[in-house]
Amino acid sequence: MPDNLGTSPDDVQFRFRDDEMVDHAAVTVDAFLDQSNAAAVRIEPGDDARELLPHLGRIKLVEVNFPGFMDGRGYSSARALREAGYDGEIRAVGEVLIDQLAIMRRCGFDAFAPDNELDTADAERAFGLWDNVYQKTTDGRAPIWQKRHG
Amino acid sequence: MYKYDSYDQEMVDTRVAEFRDQTRRRLEGKITEDQFKPLRLQNGLYLQLHAYMLRVAVPYGTLNSTQMHALADIADKYDRGYGHFTTRQNIQYNWIKLEEAPDLLADLAKVEMHAIQTSGNCIRNISSDQYAGAAADELVDPRPYAELLRQWSSFHPEFLHLPRKFKICVIASDTDRAAMRLHDIGIQIVKNDAGEIGCAFYVGGGMGRTPMVAPLIREFVPLDQLITYSEACLRVYNRYGRRDNKYKARIKILVHEMGKDEYARQVEEEFAHLLEQGIEPPLAELERIKPYFADPAFKTDLTEKADRSDDKFARWVDSNCMAHKAPGYVAVTISLKPVGGIPGDASTEQMHVMAELAKEYSFDECRVTHAQNIVLPHVEIGRLNELYGKLAEADLATANIDHIGDIIACPGLDYCSLANARSIPVAQKISQRFADSGKGEMLGQLKLKISGCINACGHHHAGHIGILGVDKKGTENYQLLLGGSEAEDTSLAKITGPGFDEAGIVDAVEKAADVYLAQREEGERFLDTYRRIGMDPFKEALYA
Repeated sequence: MPDNLGTSPDDVQFRFRDDEMVDHAAVTVDAFLDQSNAAAVRIEPGDDARELLPHLGRIKLVEVNFPGFMDGRGYSSARALREAGYDGEIRAVGEVLIDQLAIMRRCGFDAFAPDNELDTADAERAFGLWDNVYQKTTDGRAPIWQKRHG
Repeated sequence: MYKYDSYDQEMVDTRVAEFRDQTRRRLEGKITEDQFKPLRLQNGLYLQLHAYMLRVAVPYGTLNSTQMHALADIADKYDRGYGHFTTRQNIQYNWIKLEEAPDLLADLAKVEMHAIQTSGNCIRNISSDQYAGAAADELVDPRPYAELLRQWSSFHPEFLHLPRKFKICVIASDTDRAAMRLHDIGIQIVKNDAGEIGCAFYVGGGMGRTPMVAPLIREFVPLDQLITYSEACLRVYNRYGRRDNKYKARIKILVHEMGKDEYARQVEEEFAHLLEQGIEPPLAELERIKPYFADPAFKTDLTEKADRSDDKFARWVDSNCMAHKAPGYVAVTISLKPVGGIPGDASTEQMHVMAELAKEYSFDECRVTHAQNIVLPHVEIGRLNELYGKLAEADLATANIDHIGDIIACPGLDYCSLANARSIPVAQKISQRFADSGKGEMLGQLKLKISGCINACGHHHAGHIGILGVDKKGTENYQLLLGGSEAEDTSLAKITGPGFDEAGIVDAVEKAADVYLAQREEGERFLDTYRRIGMDPFKEALYA
């Protein structure tokens, strides 16, 4: 596997942040841990996102790859980063589909670079579908139990 | 029972809208079948041998009469006039059209029901003790905890793409009527030495091709950490559960390969981290849910004796009624196992009757059991004769609960695309044989469970007698197993030896039953005798 891989700003179809995008490609977790200057890293499903936690200060972009949309490890990876306080970009890449967008947002993803471009109208409907949520995550939304009890 | 507030209602309504849109995109060809499949599965829709099957969730098995009536109406409107109650306390319809599924889900939502996460690689419907709130031996009613878990697990964004399906069961008595330790997570509500209520977590049980009894992972989780601890259990599984082989992807394999101590250690580590995250609903939420499960207004000074002058009625009382915590009441199990019938099936008319009887005799409540029967949880003993008469009119008064005729069976090759052999005809023949000979009643408690393939939906590993249908060079063949139990004395059944053909397996069951009748000692059930004398006497009779 090459050290440099990943998506470019042009590949990003949806983004929910205003800062400038990192302009260099992401490196693998192993490569990232071996070198000190990379600011973009790509997590594969089998990687342990917690290895990045000591280095969050210098990371601006984490790409989480979904080689197949049924492999859900990336959701836990994203949450682990957000729960540790990481506030840079987390970009979902690979097989990213309409019906996973909302739950990816809930787990901390704030940018999406699908392999195949998504229908914009369908995607916007998906992002806005759920007015309420049952669980607390780091996305800042008040879960239903919190609304019930103030 | 639980009543949706506006939030709960909005969630199921939104889900219907979402699925309607997904179905539209599928029918328009905007998404592929591979992409659509997990979406329909997480709305309960399977593609079976002949048509789509829809599995409707019955959370912790509890229904009111309005809901049971609605299930009957759905059987009429979208199916062929019947439904099939399942070992997961749910109901399935076998003849559904994809185009109509969104409307069906909308009909369900009108009565606070849904089919959310009844299939797919996610947390499934939470199961529980069918006698919750009625059993004399329970510590508390387990259902408020199950409801709390239902809300947490519904649409959980991190756990909708797990390595494999995930089943949780909650009970609150030492007697296990829900096969708790054969679940991915089995929770028993317990009291600790300080007198506090909390949860014992058993993780990594299951049936399927590699049956395992769940080990105890943590003796006591405080109630105000229940969701957090559950989330930790799931996260460790999501991270490390095998995804290279679907047959090794259940959490039981992970716990087995990693070792329960290492799994527990990792859960503790994640738990400590998650406690900092404040993801736990406040105890006030549990307190909000609890009153929905408060005791109904039981009458006092009721008679504790029924008129037993009718022999058939007396036999039915003895086999189908269970002691109740309130004096003058019993919990009644309606057998969906008529002699020679299809286990767990009920017609539209029967569902309407059961709904009416639940309303008239049981405070508007009924339950689905994992043994595929229906319970009226709170019936006055003094009204049993009357109730029995009405059940008999609807062919619902079979007296065989936990007897050999009360067979658990999967749909088998008659419906299921995974099956290797038919289950239903075997169940029908065994039921008929033992009813005709009168031996069924002599045998007492004998739990017989039939699966049509090694996925074990018919719980054959947990049968006192289990039957497993396999494909042997193109013909259906049935293996016999003995000595399983899904109860608090959980054990896994062992195969007797070479399998039998369809007629042969019925004879084999009778031979095994005869060994028991010849060798039993006072008070022994089939299972007790098997445990005392072992496999050999049975083998001798079977293969002589």
